[in-house]
Amino acid sequence: MAAKNIMIVGVGGQGTLLTSRILGGLAIAGGYDVKMSEVHGMAQRGGSVVTFVRYGENVAEPIVEEGQADVIIAFEKLEALRYAHFLKKDGALIVNDWRIDPMPVVIGAAEYPEHIIEDLREHYKVYTVNATEEAKKLGNPKVFNLVVLGIAAQHMDFTEEQWYGVIERTVPPRTVEINKKAFQAGYHL
Amino acid sequence: MMLGNEAIARGAYEAGVKVSVAYPGTPSTEISEFLVQYKDDLYCEWSPNEKVATEVAIGASVAGVRAMSCMKHVGFNVAADPAYTVSYMGVNGGLVIVVADDPGLYSSQNEQDTRMVARAAKLPVLEPSDSEEARKFMKMAFELSERFDRPFVYRTTTRLAHSQGLVKPEEREEIEDKPYVKDIRKTVMMPGNAKLRHVEIEKRNLELAEAANTLPVNRVEMRDTKVGVITSGIPYQYVREALPDASVLKLGMVNPLPRKLIEDFASKVETLYVVEELDPVIEEQVRSWGIHAVGKEIFTVQGEYSANMIRTAIAGEALDLAAPAQVPVRPPILCPGCPHRSVYYVLNKLKMHAAGDIGCYTLGAVAPLSVVDTTICMGASISSLHGMEKAKGKDYVKNWVAVIGDSTFLHTGVNSLMNMVYNKSAGTVIILDNSTTGMTGHQDHAATGKTLQGDPAYAIHIPTLCRAMGVRHVTEINAFDIEGLEKLIKEETARDELSVIITKTPCVLLSKAKKPLYAVRSEMCRKCGMCMKPGCPAMTRSADGAVHIDDTMCTGCGLCGSLCKFGAIELVKEGER
Repeated sequence: MAAKNIMIVGVGGQGTLLTSRILGGLAIAGGYDVKMSEVHGMAQRGGSVVTFVRYGENVAEPIVEEGQADVIIAFEKLEALRYAHFLKKDGALIVNDWRIDPMPVVIGAAEYPEHIIEDLREHYKVYTVNATEEAKKLGNPKVFNLVVLGIAAQHMDFTEEQWYGVIERTVPPRTVEINKKAFQAGYHL
Repeated sequence: MMLGNEAIARGAYEAGVKVSVAYPGTPSTEISEFLVQYKDDLYCEWSPNEKVATEVAIGASVAGVRAMSCMKHVGFNVAADPAYTVSYMGVNGGLVIVVADDPGLYSSQNEQDTRMVARAAKLPVLEPSDSEEARKFMKMAFELSERFDRPFVYRTTTRLAHSQGLVKPEEREEIEDKPYVKDIRKTVMMPGNAKLRHVEIEKRNLELAEAANTLPVNRVEMRDTKVGVITSGIPYQYVREALPDASVLKLGMVNPLPRKLIEDFASKVETLYVVEELDPVIEEQVRSWGIHAVGKEIFTVQGEYSANMIRTAIAGEALDLAAPAQVPVRPPILCPGCPHRSVYYVLNKLKMHAAGDIGCYTLGAVAPLSVVDTTICMGASISSLHGMEKAKGKDYVKNWVAVIGDSTFLHTGVNSLMNMVYNKSAGTVIILDNSTTGMTGHQDHAATGKTLQGDPAYAIHIPTLCRAMGVRHVTEINAFDIEGLEKLIKEETARDELSVIITKTPCVLLSKAKKPLYAVRSEMCRKCGMCMKPGCPAMTRSADGAVHIDDTMCTGCGLCGSLCKFGAIELVKEGER
C-alpha cells in the first residue's frame, strides 16, 4: 500500500500534537510502518502549527509535501486555507468552522479573509463542523479537536473500536470519557 | 514509536551512560527529559549553560564512565572552549556531545552547521536518519569513542529530533568503569603536552578515516547506476522518497569521511550528487579529491530540503502543484496571561527601547508591543546595553533597558552584569523572572529549587546574587503591577547608577489550577480600544469597536481590566493565578 499522508494544522495550543499522536498510535495498532513529524519550541506559542502523520508498508520521509496529503484536519479556518495546497486532487479537507485572529489581524495590519469555506469548496472536497460549539454542548470546549477527528475518521479505514482503543491509551486517564464522547459526536455527525 | 530525541535518550541508556548533562535548547531539550526516566541507572542534570555541561561530562569521562552533554547548535558555540581542547585530550570513559541543528530556523537565531564547527575542532561526527538509527548510533558513538580515543559529536536536526518512528529497544549494557590512571600528558593541556597531543589526534583521526571505509555506520545501496547520491541524516529519507531507483552512499559518520568508499562509489555511477542540508561540507571535501560531484549549484544552503525539491533538481520532474493561498501570517505570540506582556506594555508606554535576549520574551520585538530592538545570543542583552552606553554616554541609555529571563540570566547574563558593575555602568537591567525556562517547555534551573531528577535543591536568590556582585539598586516587583512598574522604570532609568529590576511573576503555563475569567460589560464599554494595546490574543475587536474576550483563552491575568478607565471589564469567575 502506498503511504497514507495526513496533516493536522491549527494554532499553537489547539492540541495538534495530541491528535497526531492518536493517529500515529492507531496506525501502529493497524500494523503499519509509521512516521510523524511535530513542532516544538517557539513556533508553538500561538503560531501556525502543522504536524504530519504517514503510515504504510514502508515510510521514508517523516513529512507530507505539497500535493500529497490524503486528509488535512484543520482546527481553524485560516490555517485550512494556508495549507490547502498540500492536498491531493481527491484529498479530503476537514475544517473546524472556527476563527482565531492572528496578531496582524488583531492590530489591523491585515484582514482576515472572508468566505474561506466557500472558496475552499470550489477546489477541494471540504467537510466542515463547528466543533467548538459541539464540544461546548458536551460541557468542555477543549475537546473540540476530538470532534474534528471524529469527522476525519469517517474518511479513514479504521473501525470505531480501533479509534476508541487508541484514544483510551493516548489521552490523560481522567479525560478518556469526555474525549470518547467528543469523538463519537464527530464520527456520527 | 519514539521521538528522535526519545530514541537518543534510549540509546544512551542502552550504551550504559552514567552521566548526562545539558542546558535546554530547541530541538535538543527532550533528550534529557526522556533520559531522566532512567535515573535509577544513571545521573542527569541541567547545568547553567552548555560550557558547564560539557565540562561536567568531560570530568565524568576522565573519571572513567560513559558521559554525554546535549545542546542545540548555538549552545555548541558556548561549549566550544572545552570541546576544542577535549578533542586533544581524548577520552577515558566514552564521551559524546549531542548537538541539534535547526535548518529552517524553527526556533533559533541562526542556521549554522555543526559539522563545520566539529571539523574545526577535529571532532568526529555521527548523524542518524531516523529514530531507530538515533538509538543505534548512540551506542556506536560510545563504542567508537572508546575504541579510537576520540570524543564524538552526535549531530541531529530539528526534523530528526521532532519526528517519531518505530524503534526496537534493547537491554542496557552495564559498562565497567575504566580505571583512572594519572597521565598529565593526556589530561593537562599546557603547551608542551598539547603540542604532542595534536600530533596524536591527527594520527587517530586518520586511523578513524581509514576505518570509516568499512565501518557499518556507512552504507552503500547499489541500485541503478545512472544516478548516485551521497547523503546523510534526514536528507537520506528525501532521497529515498524522490529517487527510489538511485544508488545511494548513506553516510552515518560525516566526519571524517571514508575517502576510499566515496571514490569507489563515485567510479560506479554515471552522475554523482551530494545531497546535504545547510553547508557543502561533504561536497567540498569530495571535490577536493578531484571527484566530480553536483551539489550546491542546484541545491540551497538554506532551510530544510524535501523530496519535491530533489524530484525537481535531480530528476527534472515538472511538478503540477497548486499555488499556496495568500493569507495573513500567523507568527508565534506571547500567551494570554503572559507576565512579559505586562512589562512590555509599560515599556512601550514609556517609549523605551530594549536590548533583548533569547527566550519567549524575544516576541516583544513585534507589534503591537514593539519594545525589543536587539536579539543576538544568550546573555547579550546586558552586555550590548553596556556597549551602547560606553559608545554614546549615560544619557543615551536613559530610554533603554536590557531585558533578560531568569534562566538566560543564570546561563550567561551573570558575567555580563558583573562587567556592568566593574566598568561603572548606569544602565537598567530588567530580569523577567517567570521561575522557569519557558520557551523550551518549562525546565528547572538553578533558581527554581528543583533538579532535573526532581529532587529539591537550593534555589539561588537572584536579588541577593545581584547585590553580592555589587549592584546597589535591586528591586523586585510583580509584573502585573503596571502603575508600580511604570514608576520604578522611570526612577531607575533616570538614575546615574546601575540598577536591576526583577519582575517576579511565574509563567502562566506553570500552574494547572482553574484560572479566573474576565468579560466585557458591553453597556459600559466606550470602545476606546485602550484594553487592546497590549495585544492579548484572547481579545478581539469587531468593526464597530466592541471588544470581546474569548472565554476559552482568557487566563484571568487582569491586565486588560486594569487598563480600562470605565470599569467595563470585570471578573466573572474566581480562580487562582
